[in-house]
Amino acid sequence: MKRKNNIHLVIGFFLIFLTATVGKITAQEQKVNVKEIVFEHLGDAYEWHITNWGEKSIAIPLPVIVKSKERGWHVFSSSHISHGATHEGFHIAHEGKYAGKVVERNSAGEEIRPSIDISFTKNALGIFISSCLLLLIILPVARWYKRGAQHAPKGFRGAVELLIVYVLDEIIKPCVGEEYRKYATYLLTIFFFIFINNLMGLIPFFPGGANITGNIAVTLFLAFCTFLVITFSGTKAYWKEILWPEVPTWLKAPVPIMPVIELFGIFTKPFALMIRLFANIMAGHSVILGLVCLIFITVSMGATINTSMSIVAVLFSIFMNFLELLVAFIQAYVFTLLSSVFINMARVKHGS
Amino acid sequence: MPLLVPDTGLLFWMALSFGVVLFVLVKFGFPVITKAVETRSAYIADSLEAAREAESQLATINRQAEAIIAEAQNERKTILSEAQEAKNTIVSKAKEDAEAEARRRINKALEDIEGSKKKALAELRKDVAGISVKIAEKIIGERLKDDQKQQELINKLLAEEFAH
Repeated sequence: MKRKNNIHLVIGFFLIFLTATVGKITAQEQKVNVKEIVFEHLGDAYEWHITNWGEKSIAIPLPVIVKSKERGWHVFSSSHISHGATHEGFHIAHEGKYAGKVVERNSAGEEIRPSIDISFTKNALGIFISSCLLLLIILPVARWYKRGAQHAPKGFRGAVELLIVYVLDEIIKPCVGEEYRKYATYLLTIFFFIFINNLMGLIPFFPGGANITGNIAVTLFLAFCTFLVITFSGTKAYWKEILWPEVPTWLKAPVPIMPVIELFGIFTKPFALMIRLFANIMAGHSVILGLVCLIFITVSMGATINTSMSIVAVLFSIFMNFLELLVAFIQAYVFTLLSSVFINMARVKHGS
Repeated sequence: MPLLVPDTGLLFWMALSFGVVLFVLVKFGFPVITKAVETRSAYIADSLEAAREAESQLATINRQAEAIIAEAQNERKTILSEAQEAKNTIVSKAKEDAEAEARRRINKALEDIEGSKKKALAELRKDVAGISVKIAEKIIGERLKDDQKQQELINKLLAEEFAH
């Protein structure tokens, strides 16, 4: 009991010391701009900023690949244009329509976006790392099975198999129905891709921390893939239900009200998938960031409030991280589940 | 809201990365695992079925063995009782035979004795007659004076006769 008390005391002192030092550092700077911090994290970036060491910023430079409207292709390191520098006529806009993006000045002197910007950004690197990790997890397991193991796997392989079998048995088989075999690989890939990116997003430092599944481009692409799968596996009965549904004729004959609604439904389904995943993950990141920022905001309110708020913020952050761990799984689960259900709806047979 | 505008550059990298991941996993990843898992579960189901079948077969065999044992025991009992019967029959028959034989021999012995007796008596009669005739001849031939002498003579003669 005494020992436990000592530990509490040590932790308490540590927290006070920590907040005191943090307060000292931040107090020297200007007022904390929470919005900027949160949006900077949620958005994409041309370099992967890791931390500040004193005055020096430590970041991983990434390639900027742009095609200028007038001067053709340019490839250079993002370190050339960090901190507002201009390189080969390109710089990062600070405000306006293109804030945070690489822009150039055209002959008229206006700030414009290059015609093509396929820079290998922070999120692109994050996706790349997660993809490699996913392949490194799945392929060795697959190779182990290929060698013809008859017995059940143990350890890490067992865990991977457990997850795969869970997704297969609990989501894909019951939702897709008889033809699940054709779609199982795609759905499993979707599940694991989203799950690993969600988890990587929860790690607060490199190589995690990029807000990948909370980025609309990523969820857009995933939803688009599901859209393609649904559309290309639609049966005749599925298309008939959309273009000529069984409703009173006046609802579809002169003015095709129902077909228009149904056609709209084709796009709303994947759209819902896109928004759901994006919003959930982005919201989770925002809340945790907001809680962490609370520590820095309260610095100006004196040591007592700052310390107590820091403890509260840390406890809430821990709680939120646990919640986000759950959300990471649930969102991957839901995306896979809804994709399965939509595929099943597209594979509808005659008369049913 | 810049967060709600999908960035084309990131879309490009996302498409590339996801495309490669999907291709590799379709080619070398999940189908191998799902197939192996399904093969294994089928194998397990088959093994369970086989085990159940073997168990039922074993039960049948056990029942058969028990029936065979019971039958054998019955047969043993029958054989034993039959043997007992046979033994009893043999013993009693042997006893009967022995008794009959003994009776036959005794009867034969008695018959022999009877025969011998008859023969002996017949011979005796014949002898006595002969002897009586001889004695009578002697008595008559020798002329005896007193009864004493007569008696002695008769005894002497009889003794002589019987001494033969």
